[in-house]
Amino acid sequence: MPPERTEAIAAPAAPKRALRLPAVGPLLGLLLLCIAGTLLNREFATPDNALNVLTRTAFIGIIAVGMCFVIISGGIDLSVGSMAALIAGVTILLMNRIAPLGWPPAAVVMTGMGAAVLLGALFGLAHGLLITRGRIEPFIVTLGTLGIFRAYLTYFADGGALALDNELADVYGPVYYGSLLGIPIPVWVFALVAIAGALLLNRTAYGRYVQAIGSNEQVARYAAVDVDRIKVLAYTLLGVCVGIATLLYVPRLGSASPTTGLLWELEAIAAVIVGGTALRGGAGSIGGTVVGAILLSVISNILNLTSIISVYLNAAVQGFVIIAVAFMQRRRP
Amino acid sequence: MAAPGHAGVRVELRGIVKRFGAVQVLHGIDLGFEPGRVYGLLGENGAGKSTLMKIAAGYESPSEGELRVNGRAVHFDGPRAAEAEGIVLIHQEFNLAEDLTVVQNIFLGHEKRRGWWLDDAAMRAVARRVLDDVGLHKVDPDTRVRELIVAERQLVEIAKALSRQARVLIMDEPTATLTPGETGRLFELVARLKAEGVSIVFISHKLDEVERITEQVIVMRDGRLVAQQPTATLTRAQMANLMVGRELADLYPPRSEVPAGAPVLLSVQELSVPGWAQRVSFEVRAGEIFGFAGLVGAGRTELFEGLLGLRERSAKAVQLAGRALLPRSPRAAADAGLTYLSEDRKGRGLHLRFGLRENLTLMALRRHARPWLRRASETAALEQAVREFGIRCGSLEVSAASLSGGNQQKLALAKVLHPGPRVVVLDEPTRGVDIGAKREIYALIRRLADAGHAVVVISSELMELIGLCHRVAVMRAGRLQATLSAGQLNEQELIAHATGTH
Repeated sequence: MPPERTEAIAAPAAPKRALRLPAVGPLLGLLLLCIAGTLLNREFATPDNALNVLTRTAFIGIIAVGMCFVIISGGIDLSVGSMAALIAGVTILLMNRIAPLGWPPAAVVMTGMGAAVLLGALFGLAHGLLITRGRIEPFIVTLGTLGIFRAYLTYFADGGALALDNELADVYGPVYYGSLLGIPIPVWVFALVAIAGALLLNRTAYGRYVQAIGSNEQVARYAAVDVDRIKVLAYTLLGVCVGIATLLYVPRLGSASPTTGLLWELEAIAAVIVGGTALRGGAGSIGGTVVGAILLSVISNILNLTSIISVYLNAAVQGFVIIAVAFMQRRRP
Repeated sequence: MAAPGHAGVRVELRGIVKRFGAVQVLHGIDLGFEPGRVYGLLGENGAGKSTLMKIAAGYESPSEGELRVNGRAVHFDGPRAAEAEGIVLIHQEFNLAEDLTVVQNIFLGHEKRRGWWLDDAAMRAVARRVLDDVGLHKVDPDTRVRELIVAERQLVEIAKALSRQARVLIMDEPTATLTPGETGRLFELVARLKAEGVSIVFISHKLDEVERITEQVIVMRDGRLVAQQPTATLTRAQMANLMVGRELADLYPPRSEVPAGAPVLLSVQELSVPGWAQRVSFEVRAGEIFGFAGLVGAGRTELFEGLLGLRERSAKAVQLAGRALLPRSPRAAADAGLTYLSEDRKGRGLHLRFGLRENLTLMALRRHARPWLRRASETAALEQAVREFGIRCGSLEVSAASLSGGNQQKLALAKVLHPGPRVVVLDEPTRGVDIGAKREIYALIRRLADAGHAVVVISSELMELIGLCHRVAVMRAGRLQATLSAGQLNEQELIAHATGTH
């Protein structure tokens, strides 16, 4: 019928530019924040503080890289904080259980780290299958597991905390506290995960499929893209990222409690959105996500170093930032 | 029955011109509708019938010309303004909110109120009355629309129009989904409305129905009025000729014969798609262009979506390029050498926000990844496609959205051919493209067949099928009615099979 025939010739030029230079906005924001931080407190612009900020960013940043894939595919995962808590608790229990078997402590720790990644992959796989085969909205599935994961941790910890045996904690410690060439281990891992994520997203067929699905799932399905498999893999990848973040986190405190990983989902999703990825999916960048994650922890670092706004309002500031960025994104075609 | 609140309404269209961008779809139409008359509006797809009726009902505004109601010039800024004058259009695609009930849909946007509250009892009473009028005696006004079958939804649309006290009722293919019994009841209703002074415009491809209920026949072609005369003076064959009536031979490349002994590349036996197609069987050989004709809703698109594994389906046997295989997914189909171009270019064909490169290579991305995607190889493929398919784009870096309809379609064609299929199914390959692009696409389809592909073309444009295909299968209500060979191909024959008036 004629009316539908004549497509608007209006070419949206904006998204193309946004695709090419996705991280410019957040990078500018980060720069301004750093200038502000330097002016407000002498301590801010020191190498020590910079490494401190990066180390603290590592957990959220690694999760945000995985979250970036899920959000670009048009999905969401609200459970990552609870998932991290449960993985931390279960690996601590596991390590404490196998330590008396006479294994060398290093082997026990390695087993624990392997278990963390494996558990993350399994949880992610379960999410992916429920969402694709079960045809349930990602929001609902992960809202459900958000409750389930944290409740099981609380149950295992009997309402208190699960602590890693001292001997094991000493062996495990360097994974968080150690450094290589002056750079803390978690920062190295964060960098590796981010580079792998960027390569996967931009340079492989898989990454292209993820973007195609998020941009228009029907078109992707008709173009012979195996939509279900790609989605399941995206949630599994996110699970693996949560596993990696958790295995770095456990040696930091050597324990897991019902407050472990609280609000990490907010921080990870905020990092992705602040990094310029559209919440409706289709396009986004790992570089932007990394900048977004760093930007959020710089904010909390500045709150810690200065007394303009109470540290207790950290999550509120993140909340305001995510809403403000979404508000600025809303007009984009 | 709708309360006879208004007297008869006389609508005149004067010199109506409509342009969409550079494309002119209506070239100065003069037309008048008198109260108490039933008009049949005929024309091929793309003739401009729907656009004209959308203008009459306020969904579109004319680029030039004016509308007059009872001699008074009017300007509609939306369908509500037209409704206020008593003009209501019932779309071919339904405008019903599936999760609301029948009564909620009938009064959507026109709810009756008593103070702050909705007056459910009054609305239910009116709904009951109009539902009875259209013959839906068994449908409870509180049923959710989701639970109704397609024919019932069509009748609810008509009931909704009645509740708005339509004085000019435009119905776009209202009987496409109705059974003969339901159609009969609808025609009784038309007769009653006519007696009350309502004028009715009946758009249909079913010429027997036009003959049965209309007094005047209006025929449109290429955005112009080509005939307006009393129905009694025309035979069905004359109506069909008026609709098509042009020589388009030069639009189509010369037909070459399918080589004798060419292998069968696609053989389908008793493929059924629940609710859409029953036990359809056909074969397509290498070098053959095989057409699928039928009315909207005949199940052609759904049949092939079923074949690709996009819908539930079952089949006795399917052979693809010599291999017994009923693909589980479009991926499996593509791997076996079958690809499908969707009729819905924007919703299913192309990622409009993506670049040309990303669109072109999506179906065969593995070829460009080892394991890293090689941009150079994708660019080379795009350059080749732009040359081969004559895609006109300012630069290779633009997004698909910036191409014109015809060039988007060429890109979509290049995309489904990129994996190198043996069998290719093209659903409405020239929908929404201008005549120049059409000619190029026809030449391309011909080259595909000459190169030994088996090509299936689904089209609602009969001339296209006649000009292009070696054989044409006609579907009606999910069944394959007939398969016509080149010698038997003409519009009357196709329309007769498609409408069941053979």
